[in-house]
Amino acid sequence: MADPLSRELIVSSAPHVRGRDNIRRMMYDVAIALIPAGIAAVYFFGLRSLLIVLITVASALGAEALIQRAMGRRVTITDGSALVTAVLLAYNLPPTVPLWLPFIGASIAIGLGKMVYGGLGYNPFNPALISRTILLAAWPVLMTSWVVPFDAVATATPLAVIKMGDNLQAVKDLLHVDSNLSLYRQMFWGNHGGCLGETSIPALLLGGVYLMYRRVITWHIPITYVSTVAVTALLLGRDPIFHLLAGGLILGALYMATCPVTTPVTPRGRIYFGLGAGLLTMLIRAFGSLPEGIMYSILLMNAATPLLDRYTRPRIYGKGAR
Amino acid sequence: MRYKTFPQGIHLRYHKQATAGKPTVTAKAPAVAVVPLIQHIGVPCIPQINVGDHVFMGQKIGDAEALITAPIHSPISGKVMALEARPHVMRRDVLSVVIENDGEDELYPDIMPYPDWERLDPDTLRNIIREGGIVGMGGAAFPTHIKLAPQSDKSIDAVLINGAECEDYLTDDNCLMVEHPEWVIGGARIISHILGNVKIVVGIEANKPDALAAIRQAAGEGDDISVIALDTKYPQGGEKQMVKALLDREVPSGGLPSEVGVVVNNVATVAKIFELITTGMPLISRGVTLSGPGVSAPGNLIARIGTSMEDLISECGGYKGKIAKVIMGGPMTGISVFTTLVTLTKSIGGVVVMRHEDICHEDPVVCIRCARCVDACPVYLMPISLYHYSRSLNYDQAVEAYGLFDCIECGCCSYVCPGRLPLMESIKHAKAEINNKRQKQHGR
Repeated sequence: MADPLSRELIVSSAPHVRGRDNIRRMMYDVAIALIPAGIAAVYFFGLRSLLIVLITVASALGAEALIQRAMGRRVTITDGSALVTAVLLAYNLPPTVPLWLPFIGASIAIGLGKMVYGGLGYNPFNPALISRTILLAAWPVLMTSWVVPFDAVATATPLAVIKMGDNLQAVKDLLHVDSNLSLYRQMFWGNHGGCLGETSIPALLLGGVYLMYRRVITWHIPITYVSTVAVTALLLGRDPIFHLLAGGLILGALYMATCPVTTPVTPRGRIYFGLGAGLLTMLIRAFGSLPEGIMYSILLMNAATPLLDRYTRPRIYGKGAR
Repeated sequence: MRYKTFPQGIHLRYHKQATAGKPTVTAKAPAVAVVPLIQHIGVPCIPQINVGDHVFMGQKIGDAEALITAPIHSPISGKVMALEARPHVMRRDVLSVVIENDGEDELYPDIMPYPDWERLDPDTLRNIIREGGIVGMGGAAFPTHIKLAPQSDKSIDAVLINGAECEDYLTDDNCLMVEHPEWVIGGARIISHILGNVKIVVGIEANKPDALAAIRQAAGEGDDISVIALDTKYPQGGEKQMVKALLDREVPSGGLPSEVGVVVNNVATVAKIFELITTGMPLISRGVTLSGPGVSAPGNLIARIGTSMEDLISECGGYKGKIAKVIMGGPMTGISVFTTLVTLTKSIGGVVVMRHEDICHEDPVVCIRCARCVDACPVYLMPISLYHYSRSLNYDQAVEAYGLFDCIECGCCSYVCPGRLPLMESIKHAKAEINNKRQKQHGR
């Protein structure tokens, strides 16, 4: 046997093994989870949806590479985070947007939503949603031009219709159905006007189950968010099932309110985050001037995240018990 | 079936199949034993022999006049060649007794069993345990006689026997429980006797069905011993986690298990106490698992204290592949050594050899606040906050608000971190920095 002193051994602090998951793997898991909703978007709104997604992704990756190079940093566009931001932004756009809009949107998301704060891990707000607020303010008409699925006919979203008169009948007329049950069914499958990736609930749930199975997200925020919306709707005398199925709740609850960077790290913090976002969503939907409240509710709770983390620190083992 | 356990923690990959079923083999006694005079937490031993002396197997070669210390015995018979600093697992170099083996294994004549131990009073038994050099063999190396003399006002009502063996690769405790369950149960009864005939609870992870069956059989029908299957989850073998899982009690922050009426001992320690009482043999050998992908023929050995890692690895067929790390202990909490000349000490239950392709070479990236470390921490800390405060040298905040010193250094946070951040490493570093500062202040 060789002289033991001649062998070079690595000396480092424990632990000497690491789990399988790294950031890249988690990001690509989210991208995979978003595929069914993309297929649904193409099914309902045509191949143009795919084009919008591709332009957004290409612009986001390009913007990140450019900015990182300009900042003299290592280019990390393959880590999957810009990809996820881009796909989420694309899913939050109406299918009718001119093709230059996703380019602007993606540049804003990466530039102003993420890189100005220092890049991955440092942004206080969800980059896709930051970009969407700016797009909505700058091009309000383009950002609210909806179409009927399988058809290029202009339409309104169920939430916009219900905003007018708080009347489920008006939504039934909009979707040409006569019973509540068929209304729910049609909204569940996603056959109505709305953003690219938000309408098809089964596609979104499929991805959500995958993310929970892969432990990329935990139940805390989605479950509390969705149930708070339902309970608040009930308390406000509105149809809870309608509000669960309408707008971007499921997309927001499963994919954006679970964005790790911008949400609390403590279990209780995550529960309060879901509660707050659910409450704000319903307050905006019921009393605000906007038909939809997902975007602002999540952004407002993003702002509350540092406070939530601070005041929901877990009780340390052996302190204040027994 | 749901097993008892503690909240949070993580699931590892275990890798126990390489050695789990293998019977224990007695390793060859070393030609030269290098016995460090620090093998426990507490005051280092002072040599009781001189260079050139002949020593017997089991003869005391080091001891100290302090409360917290444990004597050290010669693992072989032979001649003391040197008293010099040698590489050590935990420190740089430690004064060690170098003994050349005469191959006779000549037993120290004073060694004798204590067949009537049940008539001995607790103090006498504690002294026998002290003189036998028994320390916690699960890794902590705390002198056992101190543990068995709890200072707390609260009376002890349970002795917990820790057979969790929750680290990857290690199977020596499992082998011990399967092959000699009566040693474990016998030792537990001795401890219970010392503590005033308290109830005995043995906790074993459910992935060791053979050990559970053997210990249950050895425990018999009596109601003084309960054997509990625990969920296979890391760090189930942590003292605080064991207390939580078996009795649903929490050891107070900064306190000892005795403050909640409990004394916890590892199965190997307990079996060694039984061996000491029934044969008189002090702690001069122990079970050790040699495993990992870098070992040709992984196995469970009974090896003498003072045997070099190099000898132990040779005993198991030598190396396989390009070796990157030799870890004393398990991969989660063990110490990677810079040379295989370091020798076996009382608290090392495993040697894990990793090849280059077996260790994670990813660089730290960034925290994406995924909260996995918070969800994994078995003492409910926020490792990511501790990491940030430690790195920004804001130690006060880390200690006061985020419980830096409550960290048990299990490594769960670093293991799960997808950003590959050195979370536990930074916490350990901060603790050491603070302790250094405190020591300096005391010195002035």
